[in-house]
Amino acid sequence: MSDLKALYQEVILDHSKRPRNFRVLEDATSRADGYNPLCGDRLTLYLRMNGDQIADVAFKGSGCAISTASASLLTETLKGKTRAQADGLFERFHDLVTGKGSVNGAGLGKLAVFSGVSEFPARVKCATLAWHTLRSAMAGGAEPVSTETDDAEDQAAR
Amino acid sequence: MGTAVTQEIANPAAFGPGAAAEAVESAAAFDVARIRQDFPILCQQVHGKPLVYLDNAATSQKPLPVIDAERDFYLQDCANIHRGVHELSERATRKYEEVRAKIQRLINAREVREIVFVQGTTEALNLVASGFGRKILAAGDEVVITAMEHHSNIVPWQMLRDEKGIVLQVAPVNDAGELIWEDLEALLGPRTKLVSLAHVSNVLGTINPLKRVVQAAHSRNIPVLVDGAQAAPHLKLDVQDLDCDFYSFSSHKLFGPTGVGVLYGKARWLEALPPYQGGGDMIRSVSFEKTIYNAIPYKFEAGTPNIGATIGLGAAIEYVNRIGIENIGRYEHELLGYATGRLSQVGGLRIIGQAREKAAVISFVVEGIHPHDLGTVLDQEGVAIRTGHHCAEPLMHRFGVPATARASFAFYNTRGEVDRLVAAVEKAKDLLG
Repeated sequence: MSDLKALYQEVILDHSKRPRNFRVLEDATSRADGYNPLCGDRLTLYLRMNGDQIADVAFKGSGCAISTASASLLTETLKGKTRAQADGLFERFHDLVTGKGSVNGAGLGKLAVFSGVSEFPARVKCATLAWHTLRSAMAGGAEPVSTETDDAEDQAAR
Repeated sequence: MGTAVTQEIANPAAFGPGAAAEAVESAAAFDVARIRQDFPILCQQVHGKPLVYLDNAATSQKPLPVIDAERDFYLQDCANIHRGVHELSERATRKYEEVRAKIQRLINAREVREIVFVQGTTEALNLVASGFGRKILAAGDEVVITAMEHHSNIVPWQMLRDEKGIVLQVAPVNDAGELIWEDLEALLGPRTKLVSLAHVSNVLGTINPLKRVVQAAHSRNIPVLVDGAQAAPHLKLDVQDLDCDFYSFSSHKLFGPTGVGVLYGKARWLEALPPYQGGGDMIRSVSFEKTIYNAIPYKFEAGTPNIGATIGLGAAIEYVNRIGIENIGRYEHELLGYATGRLSQVGGLRIIGQAREKAAVISFVVEGIHPHDLGTVLDQEGVAIRTGHHCAEPLMHRFGVPATARASFAFYNTRGEVDRLVAAVEKAKDLLG
């Protein structure tokens, strides 16, 4: 049960049951849809950019505990960050959940609670869905993100 | 393997005394402990717990005689078929064609040439769709499917819709997961050129009233294609009695190897359809001016097939015949009743698919727990189920769920394993609920 406890930490369960910033952002400057066809997770991520800075970020959708908590914690973490900071966090978060290198969650703040995901390769896509969707929203968000089309890297990491 | 089997007597209270007596009686006729010895894969630990394999609708496990048959082919008889004059090729060809005859007997086809080897059910459905698309269907013609189809019986028709302008009609299901008969019948019109439906739903377990569908279709001169992937492992099949025009199933769900499947077609239909792929073995003579196609079934069998897997399928059919498909069906039906009863007692658990006629497949959702999370917890408990949309997204929408958890049973599963499933679901509720 220890691996499961590490995966479903209290913070994750809390955010999955009471997701933060779970709303439509009426004055969003861009939005993107994310879809994980393997488990049916769908989410829409809303961004309000102020120049280079993320002024506000929110999401709606339905998904498993990991993807919902990941989206929720993403919104909490990114408010006020610049594009470059967001990109940097994505890289570190991705390394954390895929178990690459010696990433121990340093510099990730609350996001470090997802370290347990690396023991569950099948759940990496759940944890990264919101982040891929964020990247799409920052790029303009024309095409919906699907974990089955853009995630060859995650697949290979398995 | 001991753990799972010794637990088998657990919780007889879930059923009445009559049911218990019935179970004991059938247990005598059906020695699961003995059967499980033929499936070494079942005897392993997963995450430190004895494996409980309940993902049989995705693929079933293979008994030793199947593994041995495929191995023996490669150890002793490996050669290409229908080609060589040498001894190995003769042997390989004979064994391969013997399997065709076994399939003919298994489904009671009138003639052996009505059995076409394909890669699996998906290819069988695509073969018929391709043939109908090229030779029979015109713009405006209609194909009727049902709301409980697997993507493999949806997408080939959508491709034809886009290419040829055919119309795809979908017969709805009720809340129990059964076809709504009046609605299905109302869809059978003058432009309907084919009805294509699953015999058994891979998500709901519903056994469709196939004979009745065929009769209704035939009374309007409409042929019927059947996706039997989920039926072949559970039901006795008689294509002459069903009178369907095409029937398809996969080896790997019938305890045989992956990579081979069967398309049955009435001889006159197979003769009417054009070849599926061009290549070796499907021709009688070739010149650059004109090619004469081979007779059925070879017309549809271009290229070297999966000979080893086909011979393994032959062994799987023999294995199933030895146990008896009716015995299998009876045992699984009891197990389904037991599992349904036990799961129904779990608070917040909802079974999706409550058809009166059901095969041993149970889809369910648990309030407040996403199926994917449930699947992860169950896996840690050694219980293998499938979670997701099961290649039937439209059906998920019909029942208003993004995904389900699905436990699907085979004759080697036990009541003790059902108890393990239920305990694991309770554990998931404790952890995540």
